[in-house]
Amino acid sequence: MEELLRILEDMHPEVDFAEETELIDGGILDSLDIVTLITEINDCFDVSIGAGDIIPENFNSAEALYALIQRLMDEE
Amino acid sequence: MHRNILDYLNNIVKRKPDKTAFSDGVNSLSFLQVYEQSRGVGSCLAKKGIYRKPVVVFMQKSPREVAAFFGVVAGGGFYVPIDEEMPAGRIQLILDNVRSPLIICDADTLGKTQEFELHGGETVLYEDICRCEADDAALAAIYDKAIDTDPIYIVFTSGSTGIPKGVAACHRSVIDYIEQLSEVLGFSEDTVFGNQSPLYFDACLKELYPTLKFGATTYLIPRKLFSLPVKLVEYLNEHKINTICWVVSALTMVSALGTFSVLKPKHLHTIAFGSEVFPIRQFKIWREALPKASFTNLYGPTETTGMCCYYRVTRDFEEGDSIPIGRPFDNREILLIDEDGKQAAPGEEGEICIRGTALTLGYYNDPERTAAVFVQNPLNSAYPEFIYKTGDIGRFNAEGELVFISRKDYQIKHMGHRVELGEIEANVAMLSGIDICACVYDDDRKKIVLFYAGASDEKELTAELKNRLPRYMLPTKLVKLNAMPFTPNGKIDRVKLKKSLSGNRQVSGREKL
Repeated sequence: MEELLRILEDMHPEVDFAEETELIDGGILDSLDIVTLITEINDCFDVSIGAGDIIPENFNSAEALYALIQRLMDEE
Repeated sequence: MHRNILDYLNNIVKRKPDKTAFSDGVNSLSFLQVYEQSRGVGSCLAKKGIYRKPVVVFMQKSPREVAAFFGVVAGGGFYVPIDEEMPAGRIQLILDNVRSPLIICDADTLGKTQEFELHGGETVLYEDICRCEADDAALAAIYDKAIDTDPIYIVFTSGSTGIPKGVAACHRSVIDYIEQLSEVLGFSEDTVFGNQSPLYFDACLKELYPTLKFGATTYLIPRKLFSLPVKLVEYLNEHKINTICWVVSALTMVSALGTFSVLKPKHLHTIAFGSEVFPIRQFKIWREALPKASFTNLYGPTETTGMCCYYRVTRDFEEGDSIPIGRPFDNREILLIDEDGKQAAPGEEGEICIRGTALTLGYYNDPERTAAVFVQNPLNSAYPEFIYKTGDIGRFNAEGELVFISRKDYQIKHMGHRVELGEIEANVAMLSGIDICACVYDDDRKKIVLFYAGASDEKELTAELKNRLPRYMLPTKLVKLNAMPFTPNGKIDRVKLKKSLSGNRQVSGREKL
């Protein structure tokens, strides 16, 4: 989780990712952030997030995103 | 012959009053509603005595904002769109420049105007003024007095100094652009546009005015969907969107994230793109997904009204190739001017200069910066004739197509050689571990600095580049970034990259620019 928070904070140091729950719906992460984030997560956790996983439910908070990463890690 | 941009609206409202003109998927306006609301806004301007003045439109991106634009023109004014997405400092600079007597807001933005110095401008709610009773006599008088060189909008572009420049365009150049663009891309009444660009850029001309001309329909795609590739394609399919004119970064987001393996756009047949070079790898993914669709590269600066040149992709491109700029739309000419102000010899490079009706009126309230780039045609000393100097370097290839070489300011002298930073970038972009890259020149330290994002590490990259580039073209410093910074209109923010070099601040690989 810490690693994920670091990735997110690198992109937007001004956002409190531990608390924020509207990363997508609130327009905090834009299209370029998403592309960067997915590349970083793939490198860091060695999982591949498919286009179908990129939905607000998985990306609105760091917690939800971390849960997605864990699900993908378990599947492999 | 049309001489007023509102002729498109006045004609179509008779033919298709009830068809949806603009929609965001939830809220829609028919052509009749657009017509009536815009006449309400125009009549309100007339009542207030606001005529031939800039009128700021500060609204959420919506069909109503579009109707507000036409309303300002109906009242004989010119619209100046601003948006909450813009940094507050930039909004203030725009308000300082235009000193508009009226700021049209909606319920969401009205409160925010208190943060700004409005220079005595009055704020009004669109809700209220669109219901103003139409004053047919006043609107007819305004229409009769309008001439086609009167401005209809001012949109602001970034200036290299940090002060935005307000490009003012008139009826005539917009009509000319819409006519040419519609022919080249084959728009019709069956066109369903999916708009991506913000309404505060001239990029949205591509959708707004052809919608009126043909009685087509434009969906203003919610911005959020550009972070959700599958939902974005679902939206395209749900609304049967068949035509998109997007910035390259929006298209590559969809292709790079593997969206097409989940779902493909079902109705899309016309795809235009511009403002940045399309990475060939991503372009091929699009073309494979939609083999029957037409793909057109568009090129043009805001200063010459929307886009100026086009290339319809007809052959295959391999990595390392770049898609040409192509040829100008009819009624404009490209001149390639060399450093001595002469026409470049055939096949030689020169600065891309544009001649024709497409030229906008220049930068609003900024004669100095206008005079620097809207200049007398150096090939004509017989009568006054302006051309616009783009600052882009290009040349014509063997097929007679214009190709982009680099920005004029990317051309540097390094170790005694003339180096095109764009050429280094093109070589770097071919490598598999590179998502995006940009080269800047550190003038103080005389170093070529390459910024990039991607899987490659600095060591690997250096080794690979040594195989590809002559020694004098090798970047002297590599900086790996998490994300490339972009300007609001989707271009790599080179000013920001360059700024990160100055001073003592050390840019580490992980630093956010």
